[in-house]
Amino acid sequence: MYPPPFDYQAPDSLEEALAILAEHGYEAKALAGGQSLIPLLKLRFAAPAVLVDLGRIPGLDGVEAADGELRIGALARHNQLAASPLVAERCPAASAAAPQIADPLVRNLGTLGGSLAHADPAGDWGSVMIACGAQLVLASAGGRRTVPATEFFRGVFDTALEPTELLTEVRIPSPRGPAGGTYLKLERKVGDFATVGVAVSLELDGAGRIARAGIGLTAVGPQNLRAAAAEEALAGAEPTAEAFAEAGRLAAGGCEPASDVRGSAEYKRHVVEVYVRRGLARALEIARRS
Amino acid sequence: MSEGTRICGIGHSVKRKEDDRFIRGRGRYVEDVNLPRMLHMALLRSPLAHARINAIDASAAQAHPGVVAVVTGKDLEAHKLAWMPTLSGDTQAVLATDKVRFQGQEVAAVIAEDPYVARDALELIAVDYDPLPAVVDPFQALAPEAPLIRDEKEGQADNCCYRWQAGDKEATDRAFAAAEVVVKLKTHYPRCHPAPLETCGCVADVDPATGKATIYMTSQAPHAHRTLFALVAGLPEHNIQIISPDVGGGFGNKVPIYPGYVVATAASLLLGRPVKWIESRTENLISTGFARDYHMEGELALDRDGTMRAVRVKLTSDNGAFFADAQPTKFKAGLFHIVTGSYDLKAAHVEATGAYTNKAPGGVAYRCSFRVTEASFLIERLVQNAAYELGMDPAELRRKNFIRADQFPYRSATGFVYDSGDYHRALDLALDKVGYAALREEQERLRREGGDKLLGIGIASFTEVVGAGPAKDYDIAGLKMFDSAELRVHPTGKAILKIGVQTQGQGHETTFAQIVAGELGIPPEDVLVQHGDTDNTPYGLGTYASRSTPTAGAATAVVARKLRDKGRKIAAHLLEAAEEDLEWHEDRFRVKGVPEKSVTIQDVAFAAYTNPPEGLEAGLEGVHYYDPPNMTYPFGSYVVAVEVDRGTGEWKVRRMVAVDDCGVRINPMIVEGQIHGGLTEGYGIAAMELITFDEDGNCIGSSFMDYLLPTAWETPKFETYATVTPSPHHPIGAKGVGESATVGSPAAYVNAVIDALAHLGVRNIDMPVTSAKVWEALQRAGV
Ligand SMILES: Cc1cc2nc3c(=O)[nH]c(=O)nc-3n(C[C@H](O)[C@H](O)[C@H](O)COP(=O)(O)OP(=O)(O)OC[C@H]3O[C@@H](n4cnc5c(N)ncnc54)[C@H](O)[C@@H]3O)c2cc1C
Repeated sequence: MYPPPFDYQAPDSLEEALAILAEHGYEAKALAGGQSLIPLLKLRFAAPAVLVDLGRIPGLDGVEAADGELRIGALARHNQLAASPLVAERCPAASAAAPQIADPLVRNLGTLGGSLAHADPAGDWGSVMIACGAQLVLASAGGRRTVPATEFFRGVFDTALEPTELLTEVRIPSPRGPAGGTYLKLERKVGDFATVGVAVSLELDGAGRIARAGIGLTAVGPQNLRAAAAEEALAGAEPTAEAFAEAGRLAAGGCEPASDVRGSAEYKRHVVEVYVRRGLARALEIARRS
Repeated sequence: MSEGTRICGIGHSVKRKEDDRFIRGRGRYVEDVNLPRMLHMALLRSPLAHARINAIDASAAQAHPGVVAVVTGKDLEAHKLAWMPTLSGDTQAVLATDKVRFQGQEVAAVIAEDPYVARDALELIAVDYDPLPAVVDPFQALAPEAPLIRDEKEGQADNCCYRWQAGDKEATDRAFAAAEVVVKLKTHYPRCHPAPLETCGCVADVDPATGKATIYMTSQAPHAHRTLFALVAGLPEHNIQIISPDVGGGFGNKVPIYPGYVVATAASLLLGRPVKWIESRTENLISTGFARDYHMEGELALDRDGTMRAVRVKLTSDNGAFFADAQPTKFKAGLFHIVTGSYDLKAAHVEATGAYTNKAPGGVAYRCSFRVTEASFLIERLVQNAAYELGMDPAELRRKNFIRADQFPYRSATGFVYDSGDYHRALDLALDKVGYAALREEQERLRREGGDKLLGIGIASFTEVVGAGPAKDYDIAGLKMFDSAELRVHPTGKAILKIGVQTQGQGHETTFAQIVAGELGIPPEDVLVQHGDTDNTPYGLGTYASRSTPTAGAATAVVARKLRDKGRKIAAHLLEAAEEDLEWHEDRFRVKGVPEKSVTIQDVAFAAYTNPPEGLEAGLEGVHYYDPPNMTYPFGSYVVAVEVDRGTGEWKVRRMVAVDDCGVRINPMIVEGQIHGGLTEGYGIAAMELITFDEDGNCIGSSFMDYLLPTAWETPKFETYATVTPSPHHPIGAKGVGESATVGSPAAYVNAVIDALAHLGVRNIDMPVTSAKVWEALQRAGV
């Protein structure tokens, strides 16, 4: 590949990385797994003056459960999450999504944080984070703040991140009752971005009713979307096939797909409907087993 | 172990000799060639599909540190190199001078000290374009009011690049007028791309001291390319050496001559230094030879009892901005007129119109013998739809109309003489292996149950036409399509075989050695096969269209036999026997009736140099140029079972049974490898591959994120079987096989998906058959 010229820095600590970002602002770009940034450089669509490689910063790729949350470091790789028993136990939607992202080579390098920061509306992680009610931790030289996933995405490739900030961690609340979740993805082949993706997370109460339903949608809008109307209709409802079908219709009605080579807007809407219905049924199965 | 297995001639699954270096990463490709003082070239390409060029300002690029030269069309014009001939007798711009005619067209070249600088400098070239309306649809291109794309071409008043027909129009029209049933199908075989993993490129090295041009080039046809270079550039042919080293896949993409080769060579000539040019993936996809892009309207005439009478086709070919199909001169739509396929049809007629559009030129035979792929697809799709129309089983309808084994050699309605075949046997074997009856029952059951899952069974019983070709009918740019082999056996009995064809993964280094082993008894490991270097091999037209075994393979067998004939004289001398008293056995001459009195081929070779009989020329070598008496006609039957998800339109292959018959198999393992590759590519074409354009002529499909190739993950499992019906005219009974599966399989996959939906009235989905299109077809069917 023949990218435009750039300067390369590989800090050993988060503080150092944040200082470099503070100094260069828009001119600098963090480099995590490189699976989105390197292709952009290769095509000369991006020409940052400085690349700040996060790869040597220790402690940014942890996966741990603490204080009723699952905490995942921004540098955790897709494959690491696919293989993590802790993720499988605490967040089945993430566990289902990870092995469907890209291909094995990309999954070995691509990171959760890079994926969220990149904010491709066809990226899978964003929907999972929305469905699971995750909080995103952003750090800058000036301090830290926490932003809910539902407020993190602002549009195509646009997020709440300032150029001087890094995403360091995501925090996913662990369910209190029986819970399940999954990720359904329609792709044209392995390694393809989603035509449509649906992340579902379902929590039941003691009576077997739906305590909380989270639904995130991929590739059917300018950013990962929350299917708010469907979530609200499900909250407190009996988990019946009818309720799931209705949620599917609501989610389909609320998304904004565009027609392209992957399919018409109408088709994508239809797949959202089918996948929300199927995804909820699958999540319920998992919840009842848990 | 018998002698035969020791020698491992024809029929042995010898491991590929070339794989050792490939597996170790020691292949030597053009990109691996690095010469002292070598410069690097990058091409500036048009962002627009159709625009007039007002001016090109290259001064900033020229002044950029590390840039040695910037070349534009104007510079080439001074050397009469701004335009070059295509393989189809048209002309193509090397670097655009007047207009750009497709997105990605070559506009200027930067030659620099390193490849990064060359690309940096491209951004400094300012081109002043006047955009013109882009014509992206061939039907619109052919409409009277369409903007003229080839305005530079004398006498060209519209966007039609050819009109051509084949077959008997009157007889066909008569058959249709009298037909009891006519089945019609309108379909588009989409533009796809061979997408070899190694992109195209070259290192051109014109030595200023001697004037000799050595060009390392990704070429499937180095000899033909050398001749064309001589004609285009006016260089003396003996001073041009084209070396095509290891080639990382060709599939037809490396048959044409591309502007990059010409500019790099011109630059090397002018600058007196070697120049390397290597395309990026995107450049390969948007500018080099695509394949197919045929809009076809087919009709099949039948009796109500299922007897097929005639086929009639109207096709419109989208050729892009320059007519650059790589195919025999005589046939404007290649060998499409083999459209009668495996069926005994009495009449056929094909009418073809080629259109210029503002898209990349190409029309190469992507793993295909000159448009036989489109023909095979069309007839196999028509036959299946005819079965639905008549309420017959698609397998039964095929059986009823197949050319019978006792009809060969068979002259088809459009004049092909099929050499041999047994179509019933191949189909019956495939149906048996797939468990056809049980699948049909399951299909019925699933339909009755009414769930989301549907099952479909698709068949394709294709006949190919490969091995171009007999000199009387086949030439490319005037060069007759014979091929050649030169064999030299050294004193110790080791041999070098030089051939005019050029492997790109087909395993010639192994299979051609096996032919020598079969004919001359020298084990394959003792036969070094050389190819791809024009200074070092006899003239030949190269490897594409499954022609290597039918032509150069035949030449190899014949030249080996010539050496054996000479060897007999030497053996007679050594054994002090009369030639007539000797018999050939595997690797030796024996005295008839006294088998222990024998000399091996190695003994004979030694004597050829140390003790030749008096009056006989020393040495043991020869050359043969083989003009095939006919094409070869491999065939097969493929049966695919797919599951379709009615909810989302997704489909998945459950079974793929492939029965192939390519005559005598030199190396069954390599044959199987070819079939597996072709079935995979066929699946890619059927399911996902597509080069398409928006209304402004912007190419959609310019990277592997958009141009989808199947990976190991989605590639179905293949169950392959063979029948063997030798070619009666080929010296060892072999037929070409490199393309059977790309030609035959797309229709099988598509037929299977259609079959799953047939009870709902679905009759066609154009390729690529995406889940979205399946769902839309279901919507139209009211499901
Ligand atoms: C062939 C291929 C197929 C793919 N398919 C899919 C798919 O199906 N689904 C999917 O979701 N993704 C897919 N991807 C994208 C992949 O998941 C990437 O890994 C991901 O989008 C980016 O993660 P990264 O770690 O590689 O980030 P990088 O490429 O290193 O960075 C991406 C962007 O994020 C910024 N960034 C990175 N880390 C941080 C951080 N911690 N804080 C702030 N900013 C940061 C960078 O500056 C850059 O702008 C695919 C990629 C490829 C190459």
